[in-house]
Amino acid sequence: MVTEKQSLDPHNWVKAHADYLYSYTLSRLNDEEQAKDLVQETFLAALEKVDRFEGKSSERTWLTAILKNKIIDVYRKKSSGLANITEKKAEEEQKDFFEEDTGHWTEAHQPLPLGIEDLEPLRAKEFSHILQLCMQKLPAMWMSVFTMKHMDDATTEFICSELRVTQANFWVIIHRAKLSLRACLQKNWI
Amino acid sequence: MNHLKKVIYNCKQATLLIEKRQIRKLSFRESIELRVHLAGCSMCQLYNKQSQIIHQMVLQLFHDTEQQASTLLLDENFKKELQERIEEGLNNN
Repeated sequence: MVTEKQSLDPHNWVKAHADYLYSYTLSRLNDEEQAKDLVQETFLAALEKVDRFEGKSSERTWLTAILKNKIIDVYRKKSSGLANITEKKAEEEQKDFFEEDTGHWTEAHQPLPLGIEDLEPLRAKEFSHILQLCMQKLPAMWMSVFTMKHMDDATTEFICSELRVTQANFWVIIHRAKLSLRACLQKNWI
Repeated sequence: MNHLKKVIYNCKQATLLIEKRQIRKLSFRESIELRVHLAGCSMCQLYNKQSQIIHQMVLQLFHDTEQQASTLLLDENFKKELQERIEEGLNNN
């Protein structure tokens, strides 16, 4: 079967794709100004590459791929400070959660029941509000990883190479973030 | 202390495995280690449950954000100017 070769129509780009690309960005970055900038940058970057379009994918898929790279650039910038943290330092930061010699929970950080298994709708809303506040305290790196993983189904290897962290460091950061998130919920919910 | 014993008695390792499992499949060895640890550690059992619920709630929040985002449109002025810039770029080529 011969698939029809796709073509580009820049005169119609904004009308056909701008809203889609805008909401695609917003759902991944949640910043309206930044989203606008990225949509604009995407079209302008696409213009430069028009002659390299091979027609193998649809116009929208092609534009979205350009945008995706720009979003990852933003993630990388946001989390670049973290790449410099050595594993040792991140490990050290976990000291307050676990005893150094045994790896048991420290008394101060032992998990307590939160009663969140089946919350009434109203209480669930309250909890979700606290969750959002606690999430804001997490490193940007964690948000980037979570988004790439769960919205774009990226592999760990891909995320690590794009954000330029080692695998070991990646897991330490993920572990630390979740421990902090759960501790924040425990502190503010009970 | 051998490796398995170290994990069995180590909540730090066990919670790391709990987090790993939410992102990728554990190796056979890892999943055995975690299962053995959880069988004997009520605190990590609790952590495990809470961690999964929090994970689901965060997913839900992301999903809600995505839904909201899909209803937001760019304002017409911005779009008009944007298309004009594209036309400009086309003429320069």
